[in-house]
Amino acid sequence: MAKPTASPIRTGFVHLALGAYTLVALFPVFLTVINSFKDRASIFRDPLGLPTPSTFSLVGYETVLKQGDFVLYFQNSFIVTAVSIFFVLLFGAMAAFALSEYRFRGNTMMGLYLALGIMIPIRLGTVAILQGMVAAGLVNTLTALILVYTAQGLPLAVFILTEFMRTVSDDLKNAGRIDGLSEYSIFFRLVLPLVRPAMATVAVFTMIPIWNDLWFPLILAPSDATKTVTLGSQVFIGQFVTNWNAVLAALTLAIVPVLVLYLVFSRQLIRGITSGAVK
Amino acid sequence: MATVAEVSIDRGEDKRQRRWHILVFLLPALLVYTAVMILPLIETLRLSLFNVKDGQSAFVGFGNFQVLFGDPRWAASFWNALGNNFIFFLIHMLVQNPIGVALAALLSVPKLRFGAFYRTAMFLPTLLSFVIVGFIWKLILSPIWGVSPYLLDLVGLKSLFSPWLGKPDTALIAVSLISVWQYVGIPMMLIYAAMLNIPDEVLEAAECDGVTGWSQFWKIKLPLILPSIGIISILTFVGNFNAFDLIYTVQGALAGPDGSTDILGTLLYRTFFGFQLQIGDKSMGATIATVMFLIILSGVCLYLFAIQRRMRRYQF
Repeated sequence: MAKPTASPIRTGFVHLALGAYTLVALFPVFLTVINSFKDRASIFRDPLGLPTPSTFSLVGYETVLKQGDFVLYFQNSFIVTAVSIFFVLLFGAMAAFALSEYRFRGNTMMGLYLALGIMIPIRLGTVAILQGMVAAGLVNTLTALILVYTAQGLPLAVFILTEFMRTVSDDLKNAGRIDGLSEYSIFFRLVLPLVRPAMATVAVFTMIPIWNDLWFPLILAPSDATKTVTLGSQVFIGQFVTNWNAVLAALTLAIVPVLVLYLVFSRQLIRGITSGAVK
Repeated sequence: MATVAEVSIDRGEDKRQRRWHILVFLLPALLVYTAVMILPLIETLRLSLFNVKDGQSAFVGFGNFQVLFGDPRWAASFWNALGNNFIFFLIHMLVQNPIGVALAALLSVPKLRFGAFYRTAMFLPTLLSFVIVGFIWKLILSPIWGVSPYLLDLVGLKSLFSPWLGKPDTALIAVSLISVWQYVGIPMMLIYAAMLNIPDEVLEAAECDGVTGWSQFWKIKLPLILPSIGIISILTFVGNFNAFDLIYTVQGALAGPDGSTDILGTLLYRTFFGFQLQIGDKSMGATIATVMFLIILSGVCLYLFAIQRRMRRYQF
């Protein structure tokens, strides 16, 4: 379709504006990463210069790896995120299947009840959550975080997956029923594989807030053995405020996993948003 | 809706037998969600009506709220936090959302080259944790490092630089803008999606009538994306009145300098959990959480009943 408006000058301006904003978005990250590989003097003398052989230094990384338990923090974050996503997807898909597949009394009410949590943040219940976790002896355990994040992720997961499961063909499920499959096999063997794309979208949406959360690790699991990487770097950087090499190195280490995951999943994520999965 | 009708016919013969599998499918999600989210939320609301009297928990009605709104020890910091929170929200609405709409409009220019690259790059900050974002900007805005004065010097504006995060009258704006920088990606993506859904025929018809460029954006595209702008506004509202992490990272739990960046989230944290010399107070913490709950709930209700109902839906 030939647009009469797409003149080269206009296109030039569009690229100029988008390029400028891209620079604004990427520059702070870029600045942090390059300076983490420089020695202290050149961080201050020439903050915008790339590391050269004479200014290259890994002293910041050495401090971080010696002082902080970053390997443990990564492991904690990974366990919490992976287990929470697993339960959100499993429980969320099961509930979504019940809501989309069967007609029973209270179906709509149940859907609304589960959707409440999309808009009301779980954080507001913190006072009683902490009380409950203390009573259950779960303070300073990863289990506490996993429970909270599973509850936090479920509403959106149920909502998106219910919409998606309505599109799965009824003929297929009924064919399964005629072949004598139980309702459970229909769910696990027929429906789950078909909604895999939606599950991936939900997984990405669930993962980001869990990995980045500071509030619940700070309140429910602040002990050294259970710190997540977000809380760990927060505390570490707070202690090393004046050691610029160490701060920049810790920041870079915290960015890298997000960056890698994003580059792997960005198409999935952006397709998930732009296809109207979150409305 | 045809699905539901068909299913009910197919499943009609099931009416006699109990369908336990429905319960099995629903139960795990229902249990976790109710036990960890809904019950604590209700319990928090209930706790806001109680306080400790003579070492025992006692019902005080709306006493805690009276203290929060009126007692000189509490009221000043509460109204300060509430006011700051509204400014925080206002800056997001006035800066983040217009920039997001503008970027989406540029991205949806037909046959744009490198579109995917721009989208991926501009969405990156949204994925970083507040801790990373907070500290990066703290370093960049720090007068010790000198990156910001240097960059301002390049455009001849060096005289404008000051330690924005450290001054009470600019700190809140600086923190809000950092948060805007991080979250521009969300309105951008949602509006971009809405713009992709505008059918080409509508735009072609507009072009035949000579409506192009700017006037096409204002007269055709903007009215069509209004529902998405409504969704973004309510998402921003909920997110802002529940914010905590960024301020905690950049300015600490005291939300300094001099409480100038204190918002409801940081106030809740200090009140409930205690900080330095202040001892944690469960009842007042629950009271602040209840106020936040009511603010967010009224925002969501306003959106659902007043705004969304009145917004015209266009069917293509």
